[in-house]
Amino acid sequence: MRFIEKIIPYIPLLTKGLGITLELTILSAFFGFIGAIFLVIGMLYGNRFFKILSTGFVTLIRGTPMMVQLFLIYFGLPGIDIRLSPLTASIIAFIINSSAYQAEYLKGGFLAISKEQLEASYSIGLNKWKTIQYIIFPQALRFAIPALSNEIVYLIQYTSVAYTIGLPELFYISKNFASKTYMNIEIYVFIGIVYLILIYIVTRATEIIQKKFYIPGFDLSHLK
Amino acid sequence: MEIFEHNLLFLFKNMPMLLSGALTAILLTFTSIIIGLVVGIMVTFFRIYGSKFTKKLMFAYEWLLKGTPPLILIFIFYFGLGNYLNLGEFFAAALALGLRSSAYQAQIYRGAVLSISTEQTEAGLSLGLSRFRTFYLVILPQAIRLSLPGFTNEFTIVLKDTPLAYGVGLVEILKAGRDILAQQLSAAIVSGKVTASLNPFIVYLTCALIYFVLFEIFYYSLNALSKKFQIPGFIFDK
Repeated sequence: MRFIEKIIPYIPLLTKGLGITLELTILSAFFGFIGAIFLVIGMLYGNRFFKILSTGFVTLIRGTPMMVQLFLIYFGLPGIDIRLSPLTASIIAFIINSSAYQAEYLKGGFLAISKEQLEASYSIGLNKWKTIQYIIFPQALRFAIPALSNEIVYLIQYTSVAYTIGLPELFYISKNFASKTYMNIEIYVFIGIVYLILIYIVTRATEIIQKKFYIPGFDLSHLK
Repeated sequence: MEIFEHNLLFLFKNMPMLLSGALTAILLTFTSIIIGLVVGIMVTFFRIYGSKFTKKLMFAYEWLLKGTPPLILIFIFYFGLGNYLNLGEFFAAALALGLRSSAYQAQIYRGAVLSISTEQTEAGLSLGLSRFRTFYLVILPQAIRLSLPGFTNEFTIVLKDTPLAYGVGLVEILKAGRDILAQQLSAAIVSGKVTASLNPFIVYLTCALIYFVLFEIFYYSLNALSKKFQIPGFIFDK
């Protein structure tokens, strides 16, 4: 009861925090996806230079923790005279991180498409880029939907890490609340439920999207 | 150039601190993975062979732990339970990451168990083994081998989650890096030299490098292990 009394004045702040969490998630998912398309094309169809560059980038990003990347960008870059605000730093860090993971998921989708389809497409006169655009991409994207949904879930959860650099997102606000009221378990369970609701919405939404874009008679599940 | 040398020298002097942080990160990873392994196998067993109610309960357990951000779990175990039971930052983090991992590991093992034919269970039961012994003696040894690729993946995920324990003050690699920077700053203030010359970029880059090396070592050795224990002729595609 005491908890409800204390949390009510905090609701505007928490809502603001939720807004920042969502903003960060949506921006990173969207721009991460665009980055991932370039990365995956570089990894699979680029020349030697782009192949090494994009594969190296993905390996390095996937091989280090998200939080270290965030620290390197926010606390490290001032060492070479680049100063960013917490919001800019976390948006950049999350876009970079997400693009590498999404590239790996998309790559799985790209590779699932049979060679015969490529041959068929070349034989009817489409060039490499048109083949990617019309034949590979629409199928690969459908194939990658579950993985991309996981990535959004992952982003929602890990945006909480941005509290370490002082970004006032949902977790930062709750931590603030906890240190003022000492109601640790109550606030963290409460905020955990908020995250669970967000994640439930995302998973349900992707299920619906997946059904909507399902091509009757064309089932990719056998490739799994 | 002089600044660069100064940085390298300073880092070299503080390497023991970073390496002991790395040791903590490795220990935390192993402890969490073992907690996740034990709990994950139990969850798998109940999820597959349990009654309708236990199945639902295990589903809820998995869903809850996968849906909550790991940072919140760590804070619940450290600060939340702190009022009743002081676990210390290491075990609070290990328990939080371990239980989260148990949910993911249960999913990996379930896939592996379900890919082993039901005839084998029937054969085990007809030999007079109990349900638990059939699972433990017949299914599990095969399932563990089949789930090694997924396990490798999960292991590296837990390794990459260890810096989250920074939030409760555990001195792992990242915290060690931050402590080194703080130390040198206070030393500069005491000695009156305002020009703090240790470059944070280099310090955090070193931290990232240590994580990357650890990641690659575990990734390749675990991959080699799963190749070694592959069941010949048994193709398992997830």
